[in-house]
Amino acid sequence: MLISSAAYFIGRRKALQSVQGDVRQLHSLPGHYGWFSAMTSLLPGLIIIVVWIIFGSVIVDNMTLASLAGLEGGGKIQSLSDLDRAIYLNDIHNLAVGDAISRPASDNLTFAAQYYLRAKENIFWIFSLSAVALSALTATLGIRKISPTMRSRNILERLILSGLALCSLLAVLTTVGIVSSLIFETLRFLDHVSLADFLLGLKWSPQTALRADQVGSSGAFGVIPLFAGTLLITVIALVFAVPVGLLSAIYMTEFASRGARAVFKPLLELLAGIPTVVYGFFAALVVAPFIRNSGDFLGLEIASESALAAGLVMGIMIIPLMSSLSDDVISSVPQSLRDASYGLGATKTETILNVIIPSALPGIVSAFLLAASRAIGETMIVVMAAGMAANLTANPLEAVTTVTVQIVALLTGDQEFNSAKTLSAFALGLALFIITLILNFIALKVVRKYQEQYD
Amino acid sequence: MTDKDLASKSPWTTEAMQKRLKKRYRKEAIFKAVGLSGLLIGLCALAILVISIFTTGLSGFKETRLTIDVYMDPAIIKAAPDLDEDARTAHMTRVNHRALIRNSLRLAFPDVKGRRDIMTLQRLTSNGARDEVRQALIDDPTIIGQTIPMNLRASSTVDMYIKGQISRDVEQSARKISDKQLGWLDKLSAEGRIVKGFNWAFFSSGDSREPELAGILGAAVGSLLTLLVTLVIAFPIGVATAIYLEEFAPRNKWTDMIEININNLAAVPSIIFGLLGLAIFLNVFNMPRSAPLVGGLTLALMTLPTIIITSRAAIRAVPPSIREAAIGMGASRVQTQLHHVLPLSLPGILTGTIIGMAQALGETAPLLMIGMVAFIVDVPEGILDAATALPVQIFLWADSAERGFMEKTSAAIIVLLFFLVLMNGLAIWMRHKFEKRW
Repeated sequence: MLISSAAYFIGRRKALQSVQGDVRQLHSLPGHYGWFSAMTSLLPGLIIIVVWIIFGSVIVDNMTLASLAGLEGGGKIQSLSDLDRAIYLNDIHNLAVGDAISRPASDNLTFAAQYYLRAKENIFWIFSLSAVALSALTATLGIRKISPTMRSRNILERLILSGLALCSLLAVLTTVGIVSSLIFETLRFLDHVSLADFLLGLKWSPQTALRADQVGSSGAFGVIPLFAGTLLITVIALVFAVPVGLLSAIYMTEFASRGARAVFKPLLELLAGIPTVVYGFFAALVVAPFIRNSGDFLGLEIASESALAAGLVMGIMIIPLMSSLSDDVISSVPQSLRDASYGLGATKTETILNVIIPSALPGIVSAFLLAASRAIGETMIVVMAAGMAANLTANPLEAVTTVTVQIVALLTGDQEFNSAKTLSAFALGLALFIITLILNFIALKVVRKYQEQYD
Repeated sequence: MTDKDLASKSPWTTEAMQKRLKKRYRKEAIFKAVGLSGLLIGLCALAILVISIFTTGLSGFKETRLTIDVYMDPAIIKAAPDLDEDARTAHMTRVNHRALIRNSLRLAFPDVKGRRDIMTLQRLTSNGARDEVRQALIDDPTIIGQTIPMNLRASSTVDMYIKGQISRDVEQSARKISDKQLGWLDKLSAEGRIVKGFNWAFFSSGDSREPELAGILGAAVGSLLTLLVTLVIAFPIGVATAIYLEEFAPRNKWTDMIEININNLAAVPSIIFGLLGLAIFLNVFNMPRSAPLVGGLTLALMTLPTIIITSRAAIRAVPPSIREAAIGMGASRVQTQLHHVLPLSLPGILTGTIIGMAQALGETAPLLMIGMVAFIVDVPEGILDAATALPVQIFLWADSAERGFMEKTSAAIIVLLFFLVLMNGLAIWMRHKFEKRW
């Protein structure tokens, strides 16, 4: 850092000196030369620091382990499994910083801890010194190149542009990261469970046996009950949200006065801003007991974590999405269509039902699909209001579980990363990702294909 | 033919037509009513939600205290008079504060006999009362040997009873507070020794197993740190991506792909980002679990599409004439962007960023995936400490069996909603303030 800011000023001065302070003779502004020198020193140094952050601890760990090999009884560490070695290393780290460790501190361990601290310090110095040296070197090289005819601005701008392009690549990298991590873990999961069992199995009970002689935890990974539960809750949510959202959009665009619209629209959109965890609490606190009590009143047996409660609250969550999306498409239907319809003597209602809705239909369908995809991927409401046990039923009064609930249940708390149980969460995630992707894709296509173009 | 004849012959005046017209108008009114009812259902849901949260939550900001005359018994404290400051503090921490409170309670209720009853009596006060006695001793050691009236924190059960959430009409076995305890409370109440006040501890302490001691400071700080990481990562990268895509990127398949990608990412369920964070940041890069750093990185990836999309819209809104003027004056394209387009579109970009941050603040599911769901008492001090976030804290409390946590959950929700309203309000204000018509 220091070097590069120094380089900035040196570079700037050198450029000025080379033309005896006559700025007009320089190709670029003096500041550009400064920045150019700063960059030549900063980038190599940064690269070294990044390398250190990523690989530094690995190098230190390996050095520490290698140092143990020479000691008495140290050889057995080499023969440990990966997991045990990781635990051993963890002990070394903890001992080095003075935390509690999982085994009595043997001589080897204390030695390793001391060695670890030393190695860490050495590596740190090696890297920082080399970073400083390299930046100084490249900075002097960069500064020497400075001359009045050098096109430093062009170089700098190319650098900025590639930086910008690199940033935009990150979005792609995220997708690649999502897809690759999901697929990778899913493939590992499929080593344990066959694809057919996963996709077509009717039973979901992810408790796998910890020991071979354990009974009762067979580990069935049939995904159908989960998707049935998800579908049930989604359908309930949509049945509630689509009419309400659509009707309020129609009312706000066609009937309400300008003032009423200015009040109602933000109010309804307030619903979109409420965090889902609040909806989940609301479902558990108010809606579920209310539904159970009214069920008691009617003589119906209703589970306290019924699909109905979760679905209804999820419906409330989707209303603003549905209404603002349909609001947009309805408002984008041109006024000339309305005027033509009125001119033929149609009432407002007839205009809406026969002219506006049909021409806005692609947009409405796409809003519907987006709402469905949101409902399928929604997590907190169902985690807090829906059940845990997989239950293959179409009865909205019973408790069902969903894909997202199971992902959360599988991955929170203590976990062992290589078991089929945790890996199955990634397989569920992949399925979820694909389904929402397809829904979003279709929604986009519907709009592109059927939306009529009005000038 | 007169006009009158014409009118009588017109099909609009025939009886059948009039009837049909009436029907059509009725249909109109019905449809309008149905539309309004749809809107009202939505608004009703909002109203019920807000009202139910506030009615349960407001009492969470209050606490109950019992005024007890605490006798600072030198025989129990056993402090040597010649200790220096540090040693005295250390000694005061080790004092049996529980016994001090117990003896004082026995003085207040001389007729309570028997170990069991005394235990039950002591259970009127919270475990936190001990800390209060300790603090009083540390603050002013001269009170040893005196009898000091202190407002000690009541236990959660007493608190709930005083706030009317436990009814005394219920069978004794069905409520957590016994008839004996009720009798003692009545006596305290008659003597005016039950004080209700604002629960400052709710804002100044971390999580606790005991509802009356639990606070949101730890979660709030965790949220703040997480959001900071999110902002530092997502804002520059989002803006850079937006500038590149909007101004520099050549129109080809590659940039099309990036664009589709960003739009798709915006619709990916948040829990998938949590899985990504777990698989990449925790398992590949071995970052610490439960740390705001990982949470912030995960949320940054999640909010990135929002920031990119809004920033692009803001950049697009800057009229081309500005760019042409800058280029005409001899500025390069990069200079045009950095010196003219970016400053002009900054309000719009910031508005989008604030909205994205508000989203990130309310997000829970991805944080569950990366382990920010642990029970953490300490307030986190850095982005590598184990921490939890406000929405996760709400989730944890909502899941808790202890009934006293219910009002705490609602109170925490009110705090969270307050922050969200604040952020969104700021975004709206900025939009109005800096909105320009070109």
